[in-house]
Amino acid sequence: MSTALIQLKSPKKSTFLNKVKEILPEGGNLNLCLTCGACVSGCPATGLENMDPRKFLRMAALGMDEEITSTPWVWMCTMCQRCIFVCPMQIDIPQLVYNARTTWPRETRPKGILGSCDMALRNDSCSAMGTSPEDFEFVVGDVLEEYREAQPEFAEMEAPIDKQGAHFFLNQNSREPVTEPDELLPLWKILHVVGADWTYGSKGWGGENYCLFLADNDAWEHITRISAKQADDLGCKVFLNTE
Amino acid sequence: MASIYQYYARWIREGKLKVNSDWNKDLKIKFTVQDPCQIIRKSFGDSAADDLRFVVKSVVGEENFIDMTPNKSNNYCCGGGGGFLQSGYQDARRAYGKYKFDQIIETGADYCIAACHNCHAQIHDLAHHFGGNYSTVHLWTLICLSLGILGPNEREYLGDDLKEVNVFHPETAM
Repeated sequence: MSTALIQLKSPKKSTFLNKVKEILPEGGNLNLCLTCGACVSGCPATGLENMDPRKFLRMAALGMDEEITSTPWVWMCTMCQRCIFVCPMQIDIPQLVYNARTTWPRETRPKGILGSCDMALRNDSCSAMGTSPEDFEFVVGDVLEEYREAQPEFAEMEAPIDKQGAHFFLNQNSREPVTEPDELLPLWKILHVVGADWTYGSKGWGGENYCLFLADNDAWEHITRISAKQADDLGCKVFLNTE
Repeated sequence: MASIYQYYARWIREGKLKVNSDWNKDLKIKFTVQDPCQIIRKSFGDSAADDLRFVVKSVVGEENFIDMTPNKSNNYCCGGGGGFLQSGYQDARRAYGKYKFDQIIETGADYCIAACHNCHAQIHDLAHHFGGNYSTVHLWTLICLSLGILGPNEREYLGDDLKEVNVFHPETAM
């Protein structure tokens, strides 16, 4: 065999794997790998950057911290959790990936994800496109008026923002209000037809959370709390995810 | 916390959303559906996947629905999630998405329904990049089409085969 051997450095006391185990329920089962490879065979990210889920976990277990905290593969795993679903030991590899993302200095993380997170932090909309609450209210009002007129059967249709006591609190992907507002209509019509009592929030209406993908813990929590608080402040019963 | 798929299903069962698939009886246009990881595998599981299928079949006709393999909680991620779409690793994202593309092509469907925006953007891009002949459409578009309340300007993601079907207020076309 001419395969190059992996050279292990002397064992360290506190490895990256151990740190991650400490913050996960049941340690993410990260010590339970049977090396069966079920995760690998069903993972579309297998092979990218010469990496796969089992290899990533094994390298972590071997204390190869430098390698696993520097491979761009952590940005190619979508953390879809299919590996956990098929794993006989329910090992939380996606959380290992997520925490590897957190080790990258913030400014070195992928620019597109970073930019979308920073946009969401600009104002209380929490929209990855940076749309302000005022612009959102304007677009919603404008499009609603246009359609009430063009389609008189929907003259009574509403698209409320901050309606106190509404049953449903809806989020909305920013793409619709910002780039394709006509796509808002089918959703509103369905809600109108069924007589749903619903509202958007002027705060936290943005449906996406790129700070989570960026692995910026403080920022994603900030965004999630703004949405949740707005739904609570309005007295809504159900947070309805529209995607 | 709920997914709107669950409510679509509930409203159809309760008779509030009177959808039917008559519009597709003769057209026989085939549809498949993407199970978004975030909603199905990671949040609500197979019961939400079943709700999603109930809605889709009610709207397009049971005989016009073709499932992907594997599916529901065991489905492949499209490759648009986790920030991949914005990460800048475009070639890797498409290599990842090739699994999804092949899965869709295997069904032979004319449309892939993607009710999640990440999935929608990725699956739409995969069709364009790999030369697939399917369209990628939101679920709400088809629900309104079925109800006869889908206007001419709300059809961005419908293919030519459906652009002129069941148009609500065609005179308002822009």
